[in-house]
Amino acid sequence: MTLTTPATSPAGEGRRTGLGLRADVRNLSLLGVLAVLIAVGGLTRPAEFLATSNLQLVLTQASVIGVVTVGMTFVITSGGIDLSVGAIVALASVWATTLATQEFGFAGILFTAVVVGLGCGLVNGVLVAYGGMVPFIATLAMLASARGLALQITDGKTQIVTVPSVLDLGVPDAYVLGVPPLVLVFAAVTAAGWLLLNRTTFGRRTIAVGGNPEAARLAGIDVRRQRLLLYLLSGLCCGIAAFLLVVLAGSGQNTNGNLYELDAIAAAIIGGTLLSGGRGTIVGSVLGVLVFTTITNIFALNNLQSDVQQIAKGAIIVAAVLVQRRTVRGTDT
Amino acid sequence: MPETSRRHLLLGGAAVSAGALLTACTSNEPKAQDAAPAGSAAPAADDKPGTPVTIGFAGPQADHGWLNAINDNAERRAKKYSDVTLEITEGSNDTATQIGQVQTLINKKVDVLVILPADGKALTQIGLQAMKAGIPVINLDRIFASPQAYRCWIGGDNYGMGLNAGNFIGERLKDKPNATVVELAGMDSLELTKQRTQGFDDALKNYPNIRKVARQAADFTVESGQAKMAQLLQAQPKFDALWNHDDDQGVGALRAVAQAGRKDFLMVGGAGAKSAMDAIKADSSVLKATVLYPPTMAASAIDLARALGQKKGVGGMSELEIPASITLYSAVVTKENVDEYLPTGFS
Repeated sequence: MTLTTPATSPAGEGRRTGLGLRADVRNLSLLGVLAVLIAVGGLTRPAEFLATSNLQLVLTQASVIGVVTVGMTFVITSGGIDLSVGAIVALASVWATTLATQEFGFAGILFTAVVVGLGCGLVNGVLVAYGGMVPFIATLAMLASARGLALQITDGKTQIVTVPSVLDLGVPDAYVLGVPPLVLVFAAVTAAGWLLLNRTTFGRRTIAVGGNPEAARLAGIDVRRQRLLLYLLSGLCCGIAAFLLVVLAGSGQNTNGNLYELDAIAAAIIGGTLLSGGRGTIVGSVLGVLVFTTITNIFALNNLQSDVQQIAKGAIIVAAVLVQRRTVRGTDT
Repeated sequence: MPETSRRHLLLGGAAVSAGALLTACTSNEPKAQDAAPAGSAAPAADDKPGTPVTIGFAGPQADHGWLNAINDNAERRAKKYSDVTLEITEGSNDTATQIGQVQTLINKKVDVLVILPADGKALTQIGLQAMKAGIPVINLDRIFASPQAYRCWIGGDNYGMGLNAGNFIGERLKDKPNATVVELAGMDSLELTKQRTQGFDDALKNYPNIRKVARQAADFTVESGQAKMAQLLQAQPKFDALWNHDDDQGVGALRAVAQAGRKDFLMVGGAGAKSAMDAIKADSSVLKATVLYPPTMAASAIDLARALGQKKGVGGMSELEIPASITLYSAVVTKENVDEYLPTGFS
């Protein structure tokens, strides 16, 4: 899909400023959506929604999918897609929670989750960058095989974590100045992702590869290596997310990370990252995740049933994108 | 894990399935004494080797604990009989694949089929086809749309789960004015979830002092259980009881309860996972009971298939044939009786 994107490199500099501005407008409108949601939550269930414990909960629930979305944003910005994120989270979480790994305690679980995430990312990256496979197909294959492997490892059973140091991370005693450790990790990954995309050569190369891979190659960028690193990065994020999920749910299960790929892609897209590549915004993606998590929270607080929730969630995605399009009209090409 | 299952097979499996057959839907306590000697002339299946029977078993993909336990139960029970050969197919959640698998078993001319369809309605045709081909079908749990498609149905009681959970909670809260309960349901897209909720609501009608204040649906997974329960706990700062439809998602729900530091209510689970029974036995969490949906039904299905293949009735019953339909009892497992049921707990 990337090859059909019109060449942008001649006007690269000027265009980038324009894009940056536009991304900011998008973020502003997304902030507006978030503000409306917070108002709705505050008005419908004032006592519960604005309670500190609820805000902590919203941020905690955003953390796992948020970390995945940061990695996804990079891949989409480069013109790729990673459909395997949910399956990698599942595989990493069940491998990290096998009894053998639990013997090594906290470090063993964390290490395994990250290594499995990186390993899957490496396979994705090699298939896409050096195997010449379309990202959609390569990561779809990873989705299927990682889920299968996760099922095989667990034999369909739920692997309950008994390592106290891991479990303790998920309870209020571990909060740092009222902030859950999971949220701190999410914040750190977000900050690192923002710096990497906006302030480093790696980030500029990512955008260049997504905008026009051929032009990027002519400009001296090793496109294949860049792509490999990007899928590796996504895999790493999945590994971290898997560890967070293990802390949160206290167990590994082959159903973990179900449909994360869709949630992460949706959050990145409503955040303003272009599905065709060449533009990405970490702040937008994180706001997208927060919008989704806040919606879910408000629905649950108001005791809406799941059918209503799904319909409303779809409507809100459409509304958010429409609002953005209206806001940025005129600057759009 | 194998240890548990073996014990379960020998003790619990036999006890529960026999109990279920005998007492169908009257009592929570499986009767200890054997049935009346009436009809003792009827040839009933027993453990003594008889005519060799080949049983074909087709089930869905075992992607969670309960289905895994189903397969386990079937295989282990079949091994117990020297006269039974089990032809088992790879589990699949795809209707077309499962139809193909049953077709293969029909072509192999197995004597009896045990089918746990991924989707009962969708697989009705293949059940009919097998019956027409002269192979009797034991329909396990998810029921076919037509009674012509099976010789015998054996399965769990989803409505009964809700009913018994509701009545248990009702008895505990009957003296408390303005009591409130919360329901953490399973997947709303499944009919069985609606049946469990209906049973629960009907039971609560027996207790006018109790009101259901919230209900959220999860996805039968630990992750969804944790996420939805955490939300429910925020939404309802105070309530007296919680019914959670499924023990797998209950692992997540219990985690959310611990994370929120809540201890002010009693929780009843569903299905009968080992982790839930362990928690009930330890009595250190809010979980005080779980309502069974026993995977031992798969072992019973093998028993029935064998009896059918050997043209025998069921031990302890006067009938010359096996029954046409058997609904298991959704017993409530509490601290008092947990030791009895623990061997049937699955992980």
